[in-house]
Amino acid sequence: MNIVVLIKQVPNLTDELDINSAGTDLDHDALQYVLNEWDEHALEEAVLAKEAAGGAVTVIGVDTTGELDGALHTALAKGADKAAKITGDYPRGADSHTQARLLADAIKGLSPDVVMTGVQAADDRDGQIGPMIAAHLDLPYVGVVTGVEVKGGQAFVRKEYAGGLMAEFEVALPVVIGVQAAHQPPRYAPVSKIRQMAKTAKIDEIAGGEAAGSGSTVRRMFKPESASHAEMWEGSPEEVAEKIAALIAEKGLLKRDA
Amino acid sequence: MKIMLMTNEVLILAEHLNGKLADITFELTGKAKQLASTFGGKAVAVLLGSGAKSLAETIGADSVLYVDDPALASFNPEAYGRVLTALIKERSPRLVMLGNTSMGMDLGSGLSVTTGLPFIAYVNGLAAEGGALVATSQIYGGKIQAEAVPDGEACLVSCLAGAFPGEAGRGAASVEQIAPPVALGDLKVKFVKLIEPQGGDVDITQQPILVSIGRGIGGPENIELAQELAEALGCAVSASRPITDAGWLPKTRQVGKSGLTVKPKVYLAFGISGAPEHLEGMRGAETIIAVNTDPKAPIFDMAHYGATCDMLDLLPALTEKVKSG
Repeated sequence: MNIVVLIKQVPNLTDELDINSAGTDLDHDALQYVLNEWDEHALEEAVLAKEAAGGAVTVIGVDTTGELDGALHTALAKGADKAAKITGDYPRGADSHTQARLLADAIKGLSPDVVMTGVQAADDRDGQIGPMIAAHLDLPYVGVVTGVEVKGGQAFVRKEYAGGLMAEFEVALPVVIGVQAAHQPPRYAPVSKIRQMAKTAKIDEIAGGEAAGSGSTVRRMFKPESASHAEMWEGSPEEVAEKIAALIAEKGLLKRDA
Repeated sequence: MKIMLMTNEVLILAEHLNGKLADITFELTGKAKQLASTFGGKAVAVLLGSGAKSLAETIGADSVLYVDDPALASFNPEAYGRVLTALIKERSPRLVMLGNTSMGMDLGSGLSVTTGLPFIAYVNGLAAEGGALVATSQIYGGKIQAEAVPDGEACLVSCLAGAFPGEAGRGAASVEQIAPPVALGDLKVKFVKLIEPQGGDVDITQQPILVSIGRGIGGPENIELAQELAEALGCAVSASRPITDAGWLPKTRQVGKSGLTVKPKVYLAFGISGAPEHLEGMRGAETIIAVNTDPKAPIFDMAHYGATCDMLDLLPALTEKVKSG
């Protein structure tokens, strides 16, 4: 079984996100990039599927940061077999339409049985990449998936709805799957193994074509001014605990009040 | 692709599951009616189903297009994608509105490719300014708003649950029933079954208080601290997605978009940053108290009270206070 995992890097959301002087985008140069957390789950689910049914996992992404190698080496250390990056003159955090077109062109030749990617990313304002890839390649897509089992030319996938409800689908291969969560937490790769991959692994480089463009133009980016903000309690944990306990007591919800 | 004869129609996709329309359907419909009247067109709800005409009759759109076929009995992303692609090409609407939901996220960006129309996701604000559409998206985990205009006049959007009020979308409309405009006999995606949430564990939707924990808990060894507080309060521990994904608590404890919606009297959000997906599940709580070391965490915009101390110090202190009264 040939599994392809599509990954991308997104700004580290725990950092302060600054907006550029034009007010239309983030100040990308000031940002640190990390692997999209849903792509971490896609990679895990792919490696689990390989371990269960055999095959090979190829990880591929568009290198918009110039730092994708690190993510690819980590993926190899976690159990991917091959890694590739698409290079070209793309802005950091290039739009989804652009990345989907480039990825679809690149993976066409890999004849994948299963394509997995994160169901969403923090920056995919112009849409999630998975369904676009599926449409470009004329393949079926199921997203918000939390479990994949491949057997006999079929993928059995579980899709989540709201309220804990799920649906099971049976899909004829090849298929594109948008992973919400792997059925096990993503594994960690030992630093020594990542270093070893960085020294020895070969990353295929694919020259990408033109940027497709998102189809819409951001005219203003801003931080949400919330209508309200919590009343903040200062003080030590004991003082805060006192206030919380008092509030719960006031509502008559302390056990002894019951 | 150029849309030749664009109309001023606003098309919305009605969502239903298990014989019930989802709230997003009414939220989209209400907003669609407002925008359609600005554009000088009609708000048309599209409902795909099998024997589901009675559902279509409760949507307050200007009209409802009900596509009936056995292949549409339950949501199927491939079948929905095909039907919607055909309808959009045939009707050339000005705007197509989907939910940024489990269903809408399977469809929107794919429809952008199959119809050639721009797509804007995570929308929580939509306005027509002098006839032009402006869509505001909530991105980067709720930390940033991006206001965008589509290139060209027609556009697809997916809107966040709760972004628009649902009241204006309820009511009744004339329903036109049609057969699918495309063949659905050769689908590669087959719906097998719905799986109900597993029972047996505590029902977090029925608790007066929830001790809800997020990444700030650090590791599974600290869950006990939250359990002890919950025990002292006579309530239960719930969690944000990362905790249940990591297997530290069962899935039945997850609050949020794909977990459960809770409305306790007091919601203690400890170490939860407040991603939009989480906020969706707990914004109905009567009183929200958030504790997070990051003073800029979005959870503080929703909480009534907040503190930035370390939750790992706070948990035992609060347990002690509750026990001693």
